[in-house]
Amino acid sequence: MRITVTVDGTAYTDDVEPRLLLVHYLREVVGKTGTVVGCDTSNCGSCTVHLDGRSVKSCSVLAVQADGREVTTVEGLARDGELHPVQRAFHDNHALQCGFCTPGMIMQAIDLLADDPDPDERAVRHGLEGNLCRCTGYQNIVRAVRDAAHRMRPGAGPEAERVAGQMVGGE
Amino acid sequence: MIPAAFDYLVPSTVDEAVRLLADAGEEAKIIAGGQSLIPVLRLRLADPGKLIDLGRIPELRGIRDDGDAIVIGAMTTHYDVQRDPLVHDHASLLRLATDTVADPQVRHQGTLGGAVVHADPAGDLLAPVLALDAELVVCGMDGRRSVAAKDFFVDYFTTALRPEEILVEVRIPKHTGWGAHYEKFNRVAQAWSIVAVAATVRAENGVITDARVALTNMSSIPVRAHAVEAALIGGPASPGAITSAAAHAAEGTRPTSDTNADSTYRQHLARVLTSRALTAAVGA
Repeated sequence: MRITVTVDGTAYTDDVEPRLLLVHYLREVVGKTGTVVGCDTSNCGSCTVHLDGRSVKSCSVLAVQADGREVTTVEGLARDGELHPVQRAFHDNHALQCGFCTPGMIMQAIDLLADDPDPDERAVRHGLEGNLCRCTGYQNIVRAVRDAAHRMRPGAGPEAERVAGQMVGGE
Repeated sequence: MIPAAFDYLVPSTVDEAVRLLADAGEEAKIIAGGQSLIPVLRLRLADPGKLIDLGRIPELRGIRDDGDAIVIGAMTTHYDVQRDPLVHDHASLLRLATDTVADPQVRHQGTLGGAVVHADPAGDLLAPVLALDAELVVCGMDGRRSVAAKDFFVDYFTTALRPEEILVEVRIPKHTGWGAHYEKFNRVAQAWSIVAVAATVRAENGVITDARVALTNMSSIPVRAHAVEAALIGGPASPGAITSAAAHAAEGTRPTSDTNADSTYRQHLARVLTSRALTAAVGA
């Protein structure tokens, strides 16, 4: 089936099998390996991306379900060589140990801040409920999200991520 | 883990979806948000030859006011249910239960209709749908019919939906001004409920005038705690009355025993959680 998906501001058109998962489309067809596969069973959240501006677990979405829609991955956050404020806050607060959960944590943190620009610690933990850190490094992750909230007031919504895309053909 | 191959069909109207389903017969499976189905496909616990995606049918999304009821399209996401003002005002029990479903990512993609038809006994939305006396409107080749929630859930993962029918909307009688609470007991974040209690109560001048209580995961289907409701109605909205009513919560139940909890412990949880849920609902 032929699909057209805008990924990080660029439109891709590809023929895919209906059973292809969005995460495999992003990694293996589009080449966005910043999005990782963790648990493979929709528990860990490391594959989190934004679909039309809302976070989803891309291991539990079919690529064909994303046809005609817009996907943002962790690779689409930086602007002109500058990290997104949430990426910057994760860096500054050392909010990672092995780093495997980081792409998903960052994508979910941005989603959380779009709805709640200044979450308290409990709200951050609740908002990141669907993301697991196998190093158990949650303390600094929570700290980073709250730090990012303070840097980003009044909050980053889906509009802040949108970039002017140009249509390009797929392989 | 990659699903087995399937044909993918994307109808744009309910009529088209029903026709595709009738033509495809037993090899077809409906996909709503896919948050339960896609993991099942990946684990190859199911291998449908055809998948019919309801995600591109605009008439199945959204929430509207219909006089004495609110009507929620089957493909309305949990996230939209959580934020809808009609649900907030007239079915707050559903909103509170939806807040506890899985995690934010799943709530963005998962749908009320999908959760209801999947009919997982540990799912958090069956008990509120039962407690609120919802009607499930389904559509097949012969048109639409309405099934009361108390008749809809038949067994584990089994509903009164016929093979050629799809769920189109959930009609919930307005419970305007009722207090509500969903009390869920699970071990870790995003785990399924071991037991949970959905309670909604109307009180006037300190007297409970009406009450609805339903239990999650105390049977293969959600069950109403009628004895609790009867004990509450007409009595005071007091801690003592709530505790003595909640003592009836497990009456008539024969919950399953599994690695999370044995049957007796589930009955104990039902009583404790009912007391907590009612206390919060009356205070709300």
